[in-house]
Amino acid sequence: MYVAVKGGEKAIARAHEQLARDRRGDPAVPEIGVDQIQGQLPLAVDRVMAEGSLYDPELAALAIKQAAGDLVEAIFLLRAYRTTLPRLGSTAPLETGKMLIKRRISATFKDIPGGQVLGPTFDYTQRLLDDSLLDNGAAAGTTADIPAAATPADLPEPDAFPRVLGILDDEGLIEPAGGHRLENNHHDGPRDSSPPPPDLTREPLEFPAGRELRLQNLARADEGFLLALGYATQRGFGNTHPFAGEIRVGEVELFCTPEELDFPVAIGAIQVTECEMINQFHGRDQIPPQFTRGYGLTFGYNERKAMSMALVDRALRAAELGEPLDSPARDEEFVLYHSDNVEASGFVQHLKLPHYVDFQSELLLVRRLRAERDATAKENRARDTGTHTNPVSTSPAADDRSIAARERRVKTAGGSSETGINEFSGDCAGKCSAACCAECCGKAPGQAAAPAVEGTNR
Amino acid sequence: MELTRPEWIKLLARAGVADLEGVIDDIPVEVRYTFLKPPETGLLMAQGRTGGDGAPFNLGEVPVTRCVVAIEGSGTRGFACVLGRAPRKAELAAVIDALMQHPLHHNRLRDGFFDDCRRRLAAREQEARTAAAATRVDFFTMVRGD
Repeated sequence: MYVAVKGGEKAIARAHEQLARDRRGDPAVPEIGVDQIQGQLPLAVDRVMAEGSLYDPELAALAIKQAAGDLVEAIFLLRAYRTTLPRLGSTAPLETGKMLIKRRISATFKDIPGGQVLGPTFDYTQRLLDDSLLDNGAAAGTTADIPAAATPADLPEPDAFPRVLGILDDEGLIEPAGGHRLENNHHDGPRDSSPPPPDLTREPLEFPAGRELRLQNLARADEGFLLALGYATQRGFGNTHPFAGEIRVGEVELFCTPEELDFPVAIGAIQVTECEMINQFHGRDQIPPQFTRGYGLTFGYNERKAMSMALVDRALRAAELGEPLDSPARDEEFVLYHSDNVEASGFVQHLKLPHYVDFQSELLLVRRLRAERDATAKENRARDTGTHTNPVSTSPAADDRSIAARERRVKTAGGSSETGINEFSGDCAGKCSAACCAECCGKAPGQAAAPAVEGTNR
Repeated sequence: MELTRPEWIKLLARAGVADLEGVIDDIPVEVRYTFLKPPETGLLMAQGRTGGDGAPFNLGEVPVTRCVVAIEGSGTRGFACVLGRAPRKAELAAVIDALMQHPLHHNRLRDGFFDDCRRRLAAREQEARTAAAATRVDFFTMVRGD
């Protein structure tokens, strides 16, 4: 617990001034504009929107500028902002199958209808620093010597990209999108659940959480956290043998049905990244062997996040699929409670706030314990020197011998009645050897290790 | 070419605020309207589908601005709900939605402004598809030798 403190206003104001100066950097260099961040750091903007759980590129860029590039801080700013706006309702579920494709790849089938479309990607780059970017205004990597690939005739139709997993679905080899396929039951189940999906921005997280609630949590979860968990599942902590069935990035139209109208209206388009992982499943009870799915969906172009999300989504279905809950990524409570970087950052960083009163009490406690321990050690030493037939030795070797003798007595005392109990009789306040405690103070022998350890340390 | 109300509402949502200002400026008569709902910015929870095609789940929020107007005289109601924090755009879109329901303005706007909108949107989508198609690859599977 931390306590309220007063004062320090001037120092705080100056600290914030310095932060603003640091953020601005060298005044001789032109100030970076929010439009430049939005246009030229789009992947940072997309991460902030996804984890800030608010699709507003301009505000995400502003948050990045204000946070001086600290993306987790920027995410916090966006989350704080969203609480100032009223909730007007929900959109219709996104139809990602009707996406205006920017990128679409599959690692499971080489030839897919619509083809493999790389789009803008870091894949197949050599990760060599490009020093031409040091000069602002230098032409972006032009490919004058590469012939234009597409003629109008090559252009795929908007609906030319069927879902890759649909190919397996048609054969009945993969569970339907919403869950596993039962024997003799090829019905996908209700596509729209009648009650609205649970919303963790409205109700507290409760366990067991359904898949819908987990997906909401994962969609706004910290990318690094999901990446590490997803990686762990691949390395064997919850192994699910994944394949990237399909990854697609592009624009999807948003629809909502306002109360004033009785038909859905398009309100604009947003960019999203979707990943469908294919995983092995050996079948159980009424479920024949089949592939299962892990699903990832994020605002913006967030491929690493969407892939990690799909791995963790699948891992979290362990209970549903009868797999052992033997790894962190399969532990719903562990994952969902620790995935949010605003919460995590808040709780970790609150440790630097004033804890003066709390710590004073800890300090007093430790001082008292130390004093008691010293007093006990002194008593024990006095008792030892009084009972031993040998004269008190000042040499370390002799000390060690007496300690060793005492330890022997402690060890052999466990359950035996023929040890040197008599030597220890008296009021020991539970701080003497196990053998003694059984006889003289009635305390549990487990509390009695202190003198031996104390002696060893000396 | 016919233009349905859902279609023109979609095109209004995609248009820029300057374009919408231009439409109002070009209306030959003065348009007077009252707010039934003044422009209000709020959030819609965007939903995804489990596995892309299953039960809905909450993905994250999107800011939207909505507005409802009534044209003075006729009482025709115009509605707008547009992505973003855009009170002026929502107001103008609502007014144009109301005008489009009136025979006096419908055909002229449909053949002028909305036709442009449609062509611009189509061109933009075509550009995106061309860019994507330029990066379409054919992977060859290499046969492993002994």
